[in-house]
Amino acid sequence: MELHLQTKPKAPSVSDQEVYDLLIVGGGPAGLNAALYAKRKGLKVAILAEKVGGQVLDTSSVENYLGLPSETGEGLMKKFQAHVAELKVPIKGHVLVNQIEDGTLKRVHTNTGQIFQSKTVILATGSKPRKLDVPGEKEFAGKGVAYCAICDGPLFAGMDVMVAGGGNSAVEAAIDLSKIANHVSLVHRSQFRADQILVDQLIAKENVSIHLNTQIQSVEGQGLVSHVNALDKETGEKVKIEGNGLFVEIGYLPNSDAFANLVKRNERGEIEVTAKCQTNIAGIFAAGDVTDMPYKQIVISAGEGAKAALAANDYINTL
Amino acid sequence: MAFLNDEIKKQLEEIFEPMKNEVTVALFATKELCETCEDTKTFMTEMAEVSEKISLDVYDMNEDATLAEEFGVKRVPTIVLLGENRKDFGIQFNGIPGGHEINSFISSVLEVSGAGEELPEVFAERIAKVDKPVDIKVFVTLGCPHCPGAVAKAHKLALENPNIRAQMIEAQTFSELSDQYQVSGVPKIVINDSEELVGNQPLEMFLDAIERL
Repeated sequence: MELHLQTKPKAPSVSDQEVYDLLIVGGGPAGLNAALYAKRKGLKVAILAEKVGGQVLDTSSVENYLGLPSETGEGLMKKFQAHVAELKVPIKGHVLVNQIEDGTLKRVHTNTGQIFQSKTVILATGSKPRKLDVPGEKEFAGKGVAYCAICDGPLFAGMDVMVAGGGNSAVEAAIDLSKIANHVSLVHRSQFRADQILVDQLIAKENVSIHLNTQIQSVEGQGLVSHVNALDKETGEKVKIEGNGLFVEIGYLPNSDAFANLVKRNERGEIEVTAKCQTNIAGIFAAGDVTDMPYKQIVISAGEGAKAALAANDYINTL
Repeated sequence: MAFLNDEIKKQLEEIFEPMKNEVTVALFATKELCETCEDTKTFMTEMAEVSEKISLDVYDMNEDATLAEEFGVKRVPTIVLLGENRKDFGIQFNGIPGGHEINSFISSVLEVSGAGEELPEVFAERIAKVDKPVDIKVFVTLGCPHCPGAVAKAHKLALENPNIRAQMIEAQTFSELSDQYQVSGVPKIVINDSEELVGNQPLEMFLDAIERL
């Protein structure tokens, strides 16, 4: 049995009696790297996060972070956290920011009823799994429709499952599930977007079938999922794909609703930022998956976090 | 088989440092027909060796049936965490708290020992108002990174209010129970067999559900 001990590196606590130079909302790669850069610049910085580690923790393996050819999502985040902990950045975890008031000092409200004050804020709240938005999906959520393959995969041992999506997350989920499930059907509405190296691994699996150009139209079953109805876009025919589990891995939606009245967002709900990670509000920056920056990748989010911290530092110097 | 290597032991010693009161791990097991009882016993023995403040009592589900009933233990292996003077808070782990669940085990041991995190007032007041019996089941798998958060919250609720009981249930060990509750996504939180939540929900969602009962 493997143990996934979460060592919480000792971090000072975040105070609601003090004024910070920079408050970072979010504890994923963007937030942690922003903290690292800000602290090294000498800023008085702290992190408020719902989940320190972010979505990377739900990833079984990470093979595209430069310098770390084979890491688990958990292992990578432990390294990030340990690095930030060395600099003694105050962190408050398990906390949701539900409102930010603009002003000379930004007032950051949390679900714990506290208000934290800072000259600048970086929004790095990441994203959450996107839904298929088809009939039956909501009804069968937790009854066969799943959004975390490493969590729920074991519950489908020996069964037939489906994976929706064609990007890296979907293909990785299908590869992982092929080791547990009897059969895996990958269903994607267009062509693969995943890295070829992963697609090749998937194709080599004997118990996997691949349905490209196939659009899922509804999730069906009685009590539990039994199949999906889909449209084969090449032939125009309706197809029925069977399985008791449907793992939805079709991308992400930004966690930006709490800031809807604060900053400008695009039609996808992503916070609009400049090349220097500035939002339309002076002193409020954003970085990582929550922004309209293209290509959601760990290494890109980390880089954007660094940029946002440097930009916040520049901004503070002009105050 | 040993579960804890020297590195983890060292980390655990540090983590358990702040413990205030003694915590008794009461493990209910059987000698036969229990695939994970032996592993759970070994695992808990090793955990108890890490801190002087943790002691382990192993009970036999059949021989100590009266005690099992007293604690409301229904299946094996089950761990009941007892506080100072063996106070029962209604905090249980059904199945081995391995994998990611070592984190909820640690968090609940710290809480029961009196070294837990203080609750924000907004929540403390709502929890204090719960005046009817509440039973929270949290179904988990050991590979689920966000399950320990849900377990820790349920246990915290149990710790704060004697009307609330909370148990982690490892879904694969107790597959029949999981089928009965139609668990195909974890963490799945079932409250008094009537309210259901899926996912590591914030504390206010737990409280909303409890207040709907």
